[in-house]
Amino acid sequence: MALLKVNNLSISFGGLKAVDNFEVSIEKGQLYGLIGPNGAGKTTIFNLLTGVYKPDEGTIMLDGQNIAGKSNIAINKAGIARTFQNIRLFKGLSVIDNVKVGLHNIHEYKYSAATGILRLPSYFKKEKLMNVRAMELLTVFGLEAEKDLMATNLPYGKQRKLEIARALATNPKLLLLDEPAAGMNPNETQELMDTIRFVRDNFDMTILLIEHDMRLVSGICEELTVLNFGHVLAQGKTSLVLNNPDVITAYLGE
Amino acid sequence: MKMNILKSMNKKTTSNFITFGIVIAAYAIMQGLIATESISSMLEGLLIPLCYYVILAVSLNLTVGILGELSLGHAGFMCIGAFTGAFFSKVTEVAITNDLLRFTLAIFVGAIFAALFGIIISLSVTRLSGDYLAIVTLAFGEIIKNIVNVLYIGVDGNGLHVSIKDVASLGLADNGNIIVQGARGITRTPQDSTFTIGIILVLVTLFIVLNLVNSRSGRAIMAVRDNRIAAESVGINIKKYRIMAFSISAALAGVAGVLYAHNISTLTALPKNFGYNMSIAILVFVVLGGIGKVRGSMIAAVILTLIPEYLRFLNTYRMLIYAVVLIVMMIINWDPKILEWRSRHSLKDLLTVFKKKPTKEVQ
Repeated sequence: MALLKVNNLSISFGGLKAVDNFEVSIEKGQLYGLIGPNGAGKTTIFNLLTGVYKPDEGTIMLDGQNIAGKSNIAINKAGIARTFQNIRLFKGLSVIDNVKVGLHNIHEYKYSAATGILRLPSYFKKEKLMNVRAMELLTVFGLEAEKDLMATNLPYGKQRKLEIARALATNPKLLLLDEPAAGMNPNETQELMDTIRFVRDNFDMTILLIEHDMRLVSGICEELTVLNFGHVLAQGKTSLVLNNPDVITAYLGE
Repeated sequence: MKMNILKSMNKKTTSNFITFGIVIAAYAIMQGLIATESISSMLEGLLIPLCYYVILAVSLNLTVGILGELSLGHAGFMCIGAFTGAFFSKVTEVAITNDLLRFTLAIFVGAIFAALFGIIISLSVTRLSGDYLAIVTLAFGEIIKNIVNVLYIGVDGNGLHVSIKDVASLGLADNGNIIVQGARGITRTPQDSTFTIGIILVLVTLFIVLNLVNSRSGRAIMAVRDNRIAAESVGINIKKYRIMAFSISAALAGVAGVLYAHNISTLTALPKNFGYNMSIAILVFVVLGGIGKVRGSMIAAVILTLIPEYLRFLNTYRMLIYAVVLIVMMIINWDPKILEWRSRHSLKDLLTVFKKKPTKEVQ
């Protein structure tokens, strides 16, 4: 059974049908790409999947559970984590604290505010566990040396990686990456592709990503959905989709 | 062994120890001055006010610096704490003869009532932030002050009588006792506040705020401050943490109010003590001390309370000099060049001297 199965998903803003009858099915462990020209509705779909927007109609089945219309907190708990197109880190927190915020709802690290204020023994125990887990995640992304830096002082490429680390900290089943390679140079993009593959393989993760960088898309995505004006234009294996004449027209014009 | 302890302490813990150290050192010095009778009566009279200004500044920093919401009604929470605490002390003055016990209970009463109002305010502003939230808190502070000004409460054999008209409408029995008398407030509250209790309350406030900031809940509060959408995307309940920050901040302001009420003979809700100006004065401590910096707001509160008092000999020029001081403090705390200099010559370096220096690697 597919991990994520979206059926008939639609949303309108005023008279504009931003996403119309969107459908997708993603298997567990897949690296799936969502592409399309600017304004096609890609980020809107991410916002629908994560509960930032409530869909007008349609179902979003995650692991057999319908999460359409639920709050973004509930959806995160159900197992979807994301990164943002314009990086949204907690700028005033250190790098490691950003990841520890991601660990907020993981049961084994939870303790109450009173425990924290009174510094009860479980505070020290759980903080220690949390530090270990956060360092593990930071090490995956090569950020362990910068753990005490303010997140805002990280170079751009590393901020993108920290966002992925924070999303992974919430222990998701499905990871949504919104233009992870935006603003990266070719070397950084290459490195990012390796990291994304590493995350998929080592964290047993299913990844859905939006990207404009065709090198990255054709390099790592196994299947693609192409979106144009809120409609699905093409869907299927990456190599087939990218050679589809409709897709080429949508991107390059007639 | 000592080396290991120092090494295992991270930067935050070291910084917290310095903060507590400053308070305890200040207490020791003042006690020494009092014991040798070399303290001016003016300074001695300012010791308790300094304590409640520090508590107010640190607690407001929790809302403004840690939660990132501008609150202009902090004096309102202080007012609630002051009146409920003083009311409790007056009612139980006969029943509880142990001053310390009664004062401790009064502190809890003040804190709980202020926290309740903090919860009510934060529940009613869940959809507001920024300027709009500031306006609501400003109005709240003014409303509280004005309500207290027309409030009459008396106690007799039948229990509590409350009126917002006048004493006569209370309908008290002959043996009744009027406790809150409208604009005349509460008179002859027991003088339970002492410098030692004040310092203990300052330490408790610092303990609560600093420990909260360096915990799971504190990180969640700061995550909400830095980016709401991202905070929600990792499953943080924004409403819950806003209420938590607001109510703890309000409760601590209430504690400061209780300390204030038990330090003066007549407690009235005047614009001077619980009005808009007071809220702004506390906000000035926070802003000049550094938003989000607990030790900074503590030091700013002390300096900015002492300066106007010590400048009294300048008469009319007093507030002029005060303004200059504000500008100088602003520069010291926010100018990038000075911040850089300070980070190179910080107190923390003194502590790190004790830490084992890493041996240089052979090239």
